[in-house]
Amino acid sequence: MLDFTILSENFDMFLEGFLNTLYVSFLALIGSFVLGTILAIFRIAPIKPLNWIGTIYVEFIRNIPLLIILFFIFTGLPVFEIRLSGFVAGTLALMIYTAAFIAEAIRAGILSVPKGQMEAARSSGLTYTQAMWHVILPQAIKIVIPPLGNQFINLVKNSSILTIVAAGELMYQGDLISSRTFVTFDVYIFVAVFYLIITLPLSLGVNRLEKRLAQSN
Amino acid sequence: MDFIGAYSPDNLSFLVEGFWITIKVAAISIVLSFIIGGILGILRYAKIPVISMISACIIEIIRNLPLLLIIFFVYFALPEIGIKFSVVASAIIALTVFESAMLAEIIRSGLNSVPKGQIEAGRSSGLSYIQTLWHIVLPQGVKKMVPPIVSQFISLLKDTSLATVIALPELMHNAQVVNAQSINNIIPIFILVALMYFVVNYILSIVARRLELKTS
Repeated sequence: MLDFTILSENFDMFLEGFLNTLYVSFLALIGSFVLGTILAIFRIAPIKPLNWIGTIYVEFIRNIPLLIILFFIFTGLPVFEIRLSGFVAGTLALMIYTAAFIAEAIRAGILSVPKGQMEAARSSGLTYTQAMWHVILPQAIKIVIPPLGNQFINLVKNSSILTIVAAGELMYQGDLISSRTFVTFDVYIFVAVFYLIITLPLSLGVNRLEKRLAQSN
Repeated sequence: MDFIGAYSPDNLSFLVEGFWITIKVAAISIVLSFIIGGILGILRYAKIPVISMISACIIEIIRNLPLLLIIFFVYFALPEIGIKFSVVASAIIALTVFESAMLAEIIRSGLNSVPKGQIEAGRSSGLSYIQTLWHIVLPQGVKKMVPPIVSQFISLLKDTSLATVIALPELMHNAQVVNAQSINNIIPIFILVALMYFVVNYILSIVARRLELKTS
């Protein structure tokens, strides 16, 4: 049976990790949403060099492990005298990695808006940027929300690798508690439950949204 | 930074050795998780009371946990209740558990893409439910499953790097070993290792895209 005294005696530490995981994931989500939107627009803008930058970024980052980005920032940048804390390095790595996936989701969303919308906006006198901002993006957002939800779930799960740079999130706090109490099995089960508290409702919500979108089409 | 020193023959062969382990562990895991995920996915699809519910619960719980937690759990927590595995076995088990849940969903949505009329037609021509699944639904669904399974294999190759935390001698781990020898190695080795992952995964992603175009 699980030893619940481990949970109650270390509840503060579990809670701190839980909140840190949420905090890191939110920060990284906001950052990667901004970066991802810029990259998505780069990829579809009618300017070739921007297309290349967007494509190279997305294809390169999507095909390498998150861990190598984290190690590069945390142990590679100090070679150039840039030293970041584990927390900052971890958040940056998550942001850089997730932006590539969000860019693809947003690009798919933008491409799903009929071409006529852009032509209509342009011929009513809007510039390309105005048309993108006021006409295309608001319509694309609806389609982008479920994949964004999925990316947030991935962020929460991926944030666990921040334990490697001692960023104080849930997995790290779990390791700390288990090395203090010499109990591993029960602590990891509780850590798992804390992760599921965030990810399970999100994943159910995303499934609902996807079904509703599929019906409305 | 010392590119020539970092790319010495010894270092290069050490990294290639690591990449070989990455590929082997990922390949074994994807085969095992195709079998287990296939069973879970079909059980969830088949809507058998209780059993489908249980398999849905297993899939959703595993899918929503971090892989790193599963790796730690298999390697550090299971020995506490007397179940001990080697590093390689732990890595393969953890990856298989995680990927099975992912593949189960891919397999289920592949099966779901086959029109319901196919089952009715199979049943009314006298086949049992299991025969219909095996001879009618599965062969049609498999086509839809192949591209996402290739994509999942890309994820798996990337995820295998997490096994560096239990010192599996895969590419990421070997890179860290080389990096520890000299600060001059760090940037050249990171560039090389990132390119190694990129080249293999990029080729696979092109294969996945081609297959997707073919099936749609």
